[in-house]
Amino acid sequence: MGDIPILQLNGLTKSFDDFTALHPMDLKVRDGEFLAIVGPSGCGKTTLIRLLVGMEDPSGGSIWLRGERIDEIPANKRPTCMVFQSLALFPHRSVGQNIEFPLKLRKTPPAARKERALELLALLRLPEEYYHKRIDQCSGGERQRVALARALAFDPEILFFDEPLSALDYRLRKTLEKELRDLHQRTGKTFVYITHSLEEAMVMSDRIAIMRAGRFEQIAPAAEIYARPTSSFVAEFMGEVNLFDLRDGSGDLLLTGAGNEFATRPGTLMIRPESLRILGPDENAEISMSAQVSAEYMLGSRMQYALSLPSGKAITAELLRENADGPKPGDSLRLGCAASACHLIPEG
Amino acid sequence: MKGREHRLGMLYALPVAGFLALSFLAPILLVAAFSIMPQKVFTIFHMPDFSAYGEFLAQGYWRSVAWSLAMAFAATAILFVICWPLAFAMAKVFRGFTLVLTIGVVMTLFVSENIRLFGWVLTLMKGGLIEGHIRHWTGTGFDGLLYNVPVIVFGLVYVYLPFMLFPLAQGIAMVPDDARQAAFDLGASRWQILREIELPLAAPGIMVGCLLCFVLSAGAIAESKLLGGQAVIVIADEVETAFTYGQNWPLGAALAMVLIAIVGAIAIWGISKADLDAMIGRRR
Repeated sequence: MGDIPILQLNGLTKSFDDFTALHPMDLKVRDGEFLAIVGPSGCGKTTLIRLLVGMEDPSGGSIWLRGERIDEIPANKRPTCMVFQSLALFPHRSVGQNIEFPLKLRKTPPAARKERALELLALLRLPEEYYHKRIDQCSGGERQRVALARALAFDPEILFFDEPLSALDYRLRKTLEKELRDLHQRTGKTFVYITHSLEEAMVMSDRIAIMRAGRFEQIAPAAEIYARPTSSFVAEFMGEVNLFDLRDGSGDLLLTGAGNEFATRPGTLMIRPESLRILGPDENAEISMSAQVSAEYMLGSRMQYALSLPSGKAITAELLRENADGPKPGDSLRLGCAASACHLIPEG
Repeated sequence: MKGREHRLGMLYALPVAGFLALSFLAPILLVAAFSIMPQKVFTIFHMPDFSAYGEFLAQGYWRSVAWSLAMAFAATAILFVICWPLAFAMAKVFRGFTLVLTIGVVMTLFVSENIRLFGWVLTLMKGGLIEGHIRHWTGTGFDGLLYNVPVIVFGLVYVYLPFMLFPLAQGIAMVPDDARQAAFDLGASRWQILREIELPLAAPGIMVGCLLCFVLSAGAIAESKLLGGQAVIVIADEVETAFTYGQNWPLGAALAMVLIAIVGAIAIWGISKADLDAMIGRRR
């Protein structure tokens, strides 16, 4: 394997009539990686995964699995499989029969099939009695595990997920996210996970690919995407952020010292709400601004403030809730941060 | 509360239950009573006499029953095979065209079965549409295509097509698309998807369609009389003859009872297998 990626896309495209769902896409997935593909609905991520598993034919480009071209192979001959958003369990089969389905297709002897199914039940922490249970007797979380077990019984090179957790309630989702992460580490398989929830992607994955309107915006580990987004779309997608367009001068910002560097390069300056702090009367920072508090929100350990700048621009700041007499709505104050805590997005 | 609702439900069901008993059960009981009536004695107050059933065995009437059942079975099997692709297309592929097709198939039911079969007689008979044209063009004719067993089966297939097509389409509509896609993704071939996913999940529709066609075909009479001539005598024909020309009511009733017993047993077995709840969407 070494340097051959397990999955590689070369200029993969997909158009429906006159609508281009996917612009030429390039991607390399490492063996054993957990890659999350994240994007808002309608960004083409479901189309992408349907191309990857073979349920749709690409309009152009190619898909390579361990150096072999697979985009012309039909889905039932590809060594990959997918956990559906609906799970797509077979309602007329028991839990055990669902899990054994891919093995039955390969004519595995019944005894070996059952043994493997029981192993998988154990791996997914389902009791052995579930082997004979009907699908409609299982809860949502149990069905997730059965669908996973069935996919693992197939023993795929890559396991794709099409938002399988999106229909579950918050707490169960959180539990299953961690289980999935754990399962990934125990099985050592390559997981490619599609979701619209960045939070989900950050908890589980090694790398995140952010998609927008049929293109990858950025592909990097979560920490890097958070600290150094390559576009304002990614920056905003990653959570609450303040963006300042510096192409027409510094505007509301007062730049000194290292902060001056940003003024000479055109782009968008990103300041995270938690990077901002309140400046004392004689205090200065490399980047500073004066602002008026318009609202405050309690976030538990921190307080979030909505503020407006002299130009009318609204920004957000988050401060630790250390002292009781923090700023109140209506107060005027000065905010600042270090140049090293900010990030300049070149494209603007 | 539950008990009261239960009692109310029973009460509401009473009129329909009474009507069904009167209109469905009573004629069968009457026929059953006729079948154990001594011959040429028109009274139902007498000692039971099973000689009509003896006659059924001795006179070879079982052959007519066998022909009826065999042709009904053949027609049902052929209907299933030809209707499956069409029903699949109606349920999953055609969009607006399904309505056109439905109207087209239902329209044929507006014309009486006998008139439609006479149409086929005119088409298939010697000197009819097909044979007449061929003789005109080639100079050599043949005996026409009527009066044999295959043409009776053809008639049954033709007449009962809607009774297979619509239940099948309904059954296939119950097969979730994602289950088919998931099976395909997990490595199933087209045949494996058909066997493992589509047939079991569409089973209620298949069962209803097959039962309707089988039961109707087993009791059919017009196809064998009009298209089949005297090629074979079906059991319904024998029943009619016994009641009319024969004036042997006990025999006719006994023949009818045998047919009812066989077909009823098959129907009850089929219904017990089919999940009618799923069919009308109470589950899933």
